Amino acid sequence: MGRKLMFTLFVLVVAASFVMVSGQAMAADKEKKKEAPKQYVPLLIYRTGPFAAGGSGIGSGWEDFMQLRNMQGGVNGIMYEWEECETAYNVARGIECYERVKSKKPVYVHPISTGITYALLPKGVKDHIPIVFEGYGRADAADGRVFKWAFNFPTHYWSQNTAKIKFIAMKQGWDGKNMANIGKYLKGLKIANLHIDVPYGQETKPILDDMAKKYGLVVRHFPVSWPGIDQKSQWMDIVRRFKADWVINRNWGVSCTVPLKEAARMGFPRNRILGVWWCGSEEDVLPAGPAAKGYYATNFHGVGRDFPMIKEIVDKVYGAMKGNISFTRVGSVYYNRGVITGITMDEALRTAHKKFGVKVINGEEMRWALEHLNITEERIKEIGAEGLMQPMKTSCADHEGGGMVRIQQWDGQKWVVASDWISPMKDYVRDMVEKSAAKYAKEKGIQLRDCSKVD
Amino acid sequence: MFYRECGNYKDTYAKDMAIFPIPLDRYGFIVMLILALIVIPLIATDYWISSIMIPFYCFALSAFGLNILAGYAGQISIGHAAFMAVGAYASLILYGRYGIPLLPSILGGGIVSAAVGTFFGLPALRIKGFYLAISTLASQFIIQWVIVHWRWVSGGVFGTVEAPDMQIFGWALDTPVRKYYLALCIMILLITIGKNLVRGQLGRNWMAIRDMDYAAEIIGVNLYRDKLIAFAVSTFYAGIAGSLITFCYYGAANIEEFHVMVSFALIGMIIIGGLGTILGSFLGAGFFVLLPIAINQSLGAFMDVVPSDILSNIEAIIFGGLIVLFLIVEPYGMARLWHTIKDKMRLWPFPY
Repeated sequence: MGRKLMFTLFVLVVAASFVMVSGQAMAADKEKKKEAPKQYVPLLIYRTGPFAAGGSGIGSGWEDFMQLRNMQGGVNGIMYEWEECETAYNVARGIECYERVKSKKPVYVHPISTGITYALLPKGVKDHIPIVFEGYGRADAADGRVFKWAFNFPTHYWSQNTAKIKFIAMKQGWDGKNMANIGKYLKGLKIANLHIDVPYGQETKPILDDMAKKYGLVVRHFPVSWPGIDQKSQWMDIVRRFKADWVINRNWGVSCTVPLKEAARMGFPRNRILGVWWCGSEEDVLPAGPAAKGYYATNFHGVGRDFPMIKEIVDKVYGAMKGNISFTRVGSVYYNRGVITGITMDEALRTAHKKFGVKVINGEEMRWALEHLNITEERIKEIGAEGLMQPMKTSCADHEGGGMVRIQQWDGQKWVVASDWISPMKDYVRDMVEKSAAKYAKEKGIQLRDCSKVD
Repeated sequence: MFYRECGNYKDTYAKDMAIFPIPLDRYGFIVMLILALIVIPLIATDYWISSIMIPFYCFALSAFGLNILAGYAGQISIGHAAFMAVGAYASLILYGRYGIPLLPSILGGGIVSAAVGTFFGLPALRIKGFYLAISTLASQFIIQWVIVHWRWVSGGVFGTVEAPDMQIFGWALDTPVRKYYLALCIMILLITIGKNLVRGQLGRNWMAIRDMDYAAEIIGVNLYRDKLIAFAVSTFYAGIAGSLITFCYYGAANIEEFHVMVSFALIGMIIIGGLGTILGSFLGAGFFVLLPIAINQSLGAFMDVVPSDILSNIEAIIFGGLIVLFLIVEPYGMARLWHTIKDKMRLWPFPY
């Protein structure tokens, strides 16, 4: 009897779920016919799995921003409509999500995962959907001549690492301006690149090696195997054998916290550890407790609620109880990253409206707009995002736009800004980007676009 | 009523050895074939074809490969996703860099994977059970490491090889339906061969090894040879499945598509589906590939009512709950459920 009952229950659950799927699909169809067209935005995010902090923060910040714009009447009157698709940071699920949203004319796809980005790059080209990766993914996609459909504004890993080296030089006494004598301060400095041993972690190895040659640095790579919970042996090596002066913490998710604890155990000063921007959130340092105090991390936007834009979201969206995340996380690093994702998308849509008229923008028009993005200092002030984001200007050749990086420091309670905007070694990075992109183009047989002929 | 063996006389050897001795099974199978070959491509949308049916077929093929090893030969392997990765990378390199035609490239992916798999099967000659499981787990990590670090394979730091456009005899396989047919045809061909393998002498040897290896040795089964063949065949299937799924669905081979969780999912597929059955490979693959997506989609109906962070976690809870439920209801797998129903139907309307 018990078995029969359970089996019947199971069959009912399965049947009910299928009925609901079809019912929902039909209802969605009907709704679409009634209402005015909306700008469809897919959110490939992850609220589950080991990296949920990143995915949920960015996703919710982005949603709250769209909610705010919808309350204000949309972008030039066109409302946002968004849909979440849970990827759990899993590449296969990410591709399934992409296929699911593809036919609904998404404005662009921003998967918040380097692995998914790699898988989607060729698909976006075929389906004419821009693939945007803000602060992750391939650095060489900054070369828009090769990567027509990919965008990595406002900055990428290679820019970030040159900025890191500049910051380290500044800490050694460099004035931050004269590039000619930066080598004097860097010579012989030992830098340990502690990275997680997956493609994401390895991405900065070439540029660090190259800079080591250029400036006389001693760079050694310390791979941490996935998922990086145990880093004892690496830290023994870094502190006792290599005797590093600086450590670059290039981990992700749970493995970001481990170096802080290990460093505390080994007595390595925390203010000699410099994290990637995916290791620079509240969620990364809080579990380490007091061991995290003094830790530096890079970032490409502002943190906290002290910006008119965030205040507006707090007032209007959370005031109306329409927020998408628990209120305590508003203003955190990942949340603000989601908000600036929303702002840049919003600006791109406005750019597209200027060129193609006010209507629902499709992937091809969006690509044009993303390539002609110009967010000036004045415009940022007008939006109320001063200090939250950097000005950027993209072009056919340059899909990076901004490139500036900021360093923040954990004071035990919150992130405080530890440096001004540091601009990367632009020409040098651009050179590397072009070389790498050219290699990719040659492998794939891509014809370089002639940017003087593109409008 | 119709489902019975009465009047179904096996008067020739051929009839006695038929794969489907009962007429209704045969008709059912033909209906399934018509469904897969004609009806689905006609009615399904691109989304259904490319991101549900193709992965389903590929994972069914891979699960069947693992079933040969674990279900028939009794050698457990927790590194099967890595062999899929070997097949995927090998066939992409053969096709993309060396310009070998598509079908030989896919076959080549399978052969390379089989070679690697046989090598990692060597410990099976000395150890068995849980110990073997751990040594195959090592193969997962070794292969992953090698693929990421061997620049020639993965193209340097990015660890990704993109699938070029596919062509067979100058005929482009560019639409989802065409890719679907490629995956489906290869899957049917390989499953047919596999079914006959496990029905034949080799399959019987494997089952003997699974049930009691020293008894098998006493009656003259060559343990070493047959265990290694099981590894080779099984990883061959995994390699083909891996190359098919990258060519037809993923579009680029990335090591994160084949990490250890996929290996666990494959083990889950054959346990939930039914060890040592072909039907079980399909049911299990359906359970693991289709069900999470179905749950996810149906939960979308509650999007405005329930906070989204709870919603995303509910999917994992329901899916996990269903796994537990299934193992309680039918520990021998879903294929066994079907067999129970079949046995009931044979005796209907007078069951005892």
